[in-house]
Amino acid sequence: MLEIIQDYWLTFLIGQYPNGPLGGLAMTLIVAVLSILMSFPIAIGLAVARSSTWRWLRLASACVVNFVRGIPLLMLIFWCYFVIPIMTGYAVSGFWTLVCALTIYEASYLSEVIRAGIASIPKGQTEAARSLGGSYMLTVRSVVLPQALFNVLPGITSQFISTIKETSLGYVIAVNELTFAANQINNQLLTQPLQVFTILAVIYFLLCFLLSRGLSAIETSIRRKRGLL
Amino acid sequence: MTAAIVSLDHVNKWYGPHHVLQDVSLEIGKGEVVVICGPSGSGKSTLIRTINALEPIRDGKLLLNGVDVHGKGTDLNKLRQSVGFVFQQFNLFPHMSVLDNVTFAPIRIQKRPRAEAEALARELLAKVGLAEKADSFPGFLSGGQQQRVAIARALALQPPVILFDEPTSALDPEMVGEVLQVMKSLARDGMTMVCVTHEMGFAREVGDRIVFMDQGRIVVDTTPELFFDAPDHPRIKRFLSDVKGEH
Repeated sequence: MLEIIQDYWLTFLIGQYPNGPLGGLAMTLIVAVLSILMSFPIAIGLAVARSSTWRWLRLASACVVNFVRGIPLLMLIFWCYFVIPIMTGYAVSGFWTLVCALTIYEASYLSEVIRAGIASIPKGQTEAARSLGGSYMLTVRSVVLPQALFNVLPGITSQFISTIKETSLGYVIAVNELTFAANQINNQLLTQPLQVFTILAVIYFLLCFLLSRGLSAIETSIRRKRGLL
Repeated sequence: MTAAIVSLDHVNKWYGPHHVLQDVSLEIGKGEVVVICGPSGSGKSTLIRTINALEPIRDGKLLLNGVDVHGKGTDLNKLRQSVGFVFQQFNLFPHMSVLDNVTFAPIRIQKRPRAEAEALARELLAKVGLAEKADSFPGFLSGGQQQRVAIARALALQPPVILFDEPTSALDPEMVGEVLQVMKSLARDGMTMVCVTHEMGFAREVGDRIVFMDQGRIVVDTTPELFFDAPDHPRIKRFLSDVKGEH
C-alpha cells in the first residue's frame, strides 16, 4: 500500500495535472467548497422562507425542499446532466453539472437543519429586537440567524461532510475528482483494488474528520468566549 | 394632569374565547410611576404588552405620545423607539457583548455614529452600576446584572416612557434589590414608568398610582396610600394577604 502511495500520491492529490486536467483531491475540494458556498446562502433563504409569516412563501419553500429531498442525489445529477443543456442551450461541463446538483440537493437538506435552529430561538429574542424598533429583516439578520446558525453548527457540519462525500458521485458523469483518480490508478495497477480503495477511503475520512474537528474547535472557543459553556 | 403619554380608551382583547382585557381605560401622565398589580392571569402583562404593540388588540384606542399604536398606518418600528420595554426574562442577545447589546438599537436601528452610541452606552452602564462589564458577554452575568443591562439597553433609545413586565420575577431573591434600586433611581430622575410587578415595597415607595387588575378588568386605580392602608375591595385585601404570605 505504501508503494501505491509513493507512486501515485500526486495523482491522488491533483489527478493528471499539469499533463492533463486538474483532478484528484484538489478537484474534490474545489467542487465541495463551491457547492457549500453556493448552497449555504440558498439554504438560509429557504429556512427563513419556511419560517416566514407569509403563507405562500412557506408553502412554496416547503414544496422545493420536499421535492428535492424526495429524489435520490444520483437521479438529480443525471437530471441536471441532461436538463441544464436543454434549458440553457449551452453544453455544460460535468464539473458544473455536479456543482449545480450538489448545491440544489444540499441546500434543501441544510435548510431543514437551519430551520430547526431558527425554531429553537426563544420568542423573547425576537420580541426584544422588535421592542427596540428593529424591523423584521434586521431581527432575522442580526438576532435570530446568528444564534440559530451557531446553535445548529453540529448539524451544519454533518451536511458539509455529506457534501464532501457526495462529490464522489461525480464519478458517474466523468468529473475528474478523487474517486475518478483512484479508479484511474486502479485501472493501471489492475491487481490491487482493495489497497487503492482503502487509500481512497482514508483520504475521505481524514478530510471529513479534520473539517469536523476544526468546526467543533471553533464552536467551543466561541461558546467559551460568550460564557455559554 | 399634563397631557397623557399613554392613554388607553376602552381597550378590549380576546385570546380565543377568553376576554383577557375588558374595556380597559387608563391614562398615564408624564413623569408618573404607575404600578400594575393583580393575581396571575388578570391580564396585567397582556395590558403592558399592548402598549408597544407586542400584542394586538380587538378594539378600543391606545395612544402613545399621541400616536394611535394599533392604527393601520402606524410605523411600529418608529413608534417602538419611543418606548422602552424590559422583559421578565431579560432577553439580552447572548451572542453580543454587553456593550453591543446596549448599542444595538442606537447603531443598527437609529443609525447613530458608533462612537456616540458607545459613549452613551458606557454612561448608561455606569448608571446601572455595570461599567466594568461592558466587554463581557451576558452568559457571564448573574440574573440581576443581566436585567440591569436590559434596562440600560431600553434606555439607550432615550425613550420618554419605559414599560417593565415583571422585571424581578425571574430573579433569585438576593438579586431583586439591585434591580429595584436601578428602577427607583430612574423614577427619581422623573422617568415615566409603567411597572407590572409583585414588589409591593417598591410600589409603595416610588409608585404614584397603583392599578389593580382582576380578570381582565381594572378594579381599582388609586394612590399607594389608599391602596395599602385602606383597601376597600375584598379582592384587593385577599391579594395583599396572598402577596404578604409569599414573602
